[in-house]
Amino acid sequence: MSNPPDIVTGDAEAPAFGAPQAPPLAPVDEARRRTHELWLSGTESPGDMGRFTSEGAQEMLAEEAPAILAEQMGRLVGDDYTAGFAPSSGDTQIINMGPQHPATHGVLRLHLELDGETIRRAKPIIGYLHTGMEKTAEALTYVQGATNVTRMDYMSPFFNELCYSLAVERLAGIQVPPRAQAIRVLMTELNRVASHLLWIATQGLDVGALSMMLYGWRERELFLAFFEKTTGLRMNHDYIRPGGVAADLPDGWEDDIAGILAKVPAGIADYAALLDDNPIFKERTVGVGVITADECRAFGVTGPILRAAGVAWDLRRAFPYSGIEQYRFDIPVGSGGDVYDRYRVRMEEMRQSLRLVEQVAAAMPSGDYRSDDLKVTPPPRARLDQSMEALIHHFKLFTEGFRVPPGEVYQAVESPRGELGMYLVSRGGAKPWRLHVRGPSFASVHSADPVLGDVDR
Amino acid sequence: MTGAAFDAGTPAGAVLAALAERFAAAQFADSRGDPVVRVAPADLVPLATAARETGLTTFIDLCAVDYLSRPEGRFEVVVHLLSMEARLRLRILVAVPGDDPRVPSLTGVFPGANFYEREAYDLFGIRFDGHPDLTRLLLPDDWEGHPLRKDHPVGSVPVQFRALEEEP
Repeated sequence: MSNPPDIVTGDAEAPAFGAPQAPPLAPVDEARRRTHELWLSGTESPGDMGRFTSEGAQEMLAEEAPAILAEQMGRLVGDDYTAGFAPSSGDTQIINMGPQHPATHGVLRLHLELDGETIRRAKPIIGYLHTGMEKTAEALTYVQGATNVTRMDYMSPFFNELCYSLAVERLAGIQVPPRAQAIRVLMTELNRVASHLLWIATQGLDVGALSMMLYGWRERELFLAFFEKTTGLRMNHDYIRPGGVAADLPDGWEDDIAGILAKVPAGIADYAALLDDNPIFKERTVGVGVITADECRAFGVTGPILRAAGVAWDLRRAFPYSGIEQYRFDIPVGSGGDVYDRYRVRMEEMRQSLRLVEQVAAAMPSGDYRSDDLKVTPPPRARLDQSMEALIHHFKLFTEGFRVPPGEVYQAVESPRGELGMYLVSRGGAKPWRLHVRGPSFASVHSADPVLGDVDR
Repeated sequence: MTGAAFDAGTPAGAVLAALAERFAAAQFADSRGDPVVRVAPADLVPLATAARETGLTTFIDLCAVDYLSRPEGRFEVVVHLLSMEARLRLRILVAVPGDDPRVPSLTGVFPGANFYEREAYDLFGIRFDGHPDLTRLLLPDDWEGHPLRKDHPVGSVPVQFRALEEEP
């Protein structure tokens, strides 16, 4: 990275070599110094500010390019709907919202053009949580990859792992036993309910129904406790892996599922009783944020937003995976495409997911929880003490990984937020040549739906 | 594969057959069950327009791949379209040369391509001609380089430790 433009004017004398002294406080413009003291309480000099942060100076620079400066000052506003920059009229004002704002539930910054209290235009600015996970995936073997992708969306980690595992299995031609498939469906559908519970908690909080925040987290805890018992972790599980799942379901899992199925539907009925006909909630959601089906298609918006707009599209039905086609579930569909319809769709999705969980738990097949293909599955622990070959195989699998034949594949699953897709390219090695993640929220940010676990990746 | 090879009896085959008929220059192939079509950069926008008109109305994804050395061209721009009615996914591949990577923008056909093209520009340095606002999306505006290129090593940007420099 280059150094940021030097904001210091005048010549600062270089200190003598080896002289133990603080960096010279360069002379700066008095007004600018006062601004800095407001921000920094006089603890650091403005020169340090520009020199030591990794993203350059954290202020608006006079040397900034005129176009960028105009945007920062609010004289220009970008608009992704009309796709162009236009000078704002005198009647509107432009404000910056975020990146840290209590209503974004993620790190999202918006340029808003306001006319009174009406938002005329909005430009989303993302990337504040970008961690380069696609690049990281190229440096990890296929065995390690699930550990990386699970962190892309902390609200639905099982879906990330499932999508990645399905993509690898399709490329490598790995067969997954029925019990592993059923466990995958069980865990992902539980995860869908947990994710929607977090959504209803924060959605309720945003529109002034503070009780929903407490209720949503309360029920979600049941799911996280079961996840922890099964996988060892409350989130970022690395449980679904290429070839199957990491471990079998724990002893007594039937009782845990029965406990969830006994408590959560009653909770969902309570939320519906609180919100469905609540005049304040309806006032703030009915007719708000309407997205039509055609707009959804053009922008690639999927999931509950698309279904609320009236399209009965669900990848579990259209392109079934993990044997989900053998269970019965309905696809809820809205009609208006507004926030209230999205609320109703997500509430019904929770009921349908619990219905799926009940069916899977009742018909859980016996057998292996991972593939018996020894190229992707480590040998049983007991074999390591008896067989040198097994020990070598175990070592090679976890150091080198397994090889995947050259090719490319696009695999998508229906995550709680919509179509989560992964485009995986192999050139024959033990690491992906390229992993591109098509996150559902990335497309939804165009439509400003505020549940965005995975935009930045 | 030509248009005649598609089974026009199925909805997906009918869409592909109609597309192959309308756009004879496209080369269709099959990749593990998914239809794939490879076009030259100049034909991308006409093909995407024809695809949208034949039923592939949903824009799903656009990304780039860096193959480093390859006879067709170093980069590949990969577009995924979807037809919900025909339950059909179509993958469009465009090979792009490495020395001056340029592709026509799809934002005029699918407005959803806007962010995806900015992402591909940000991470690969591929320029999308006709894009209304081709700026960095995920990285800071003053970032140098395009980190998802294969010649951009992992860990090449040093982490700055402020505390060490402030200690006396």
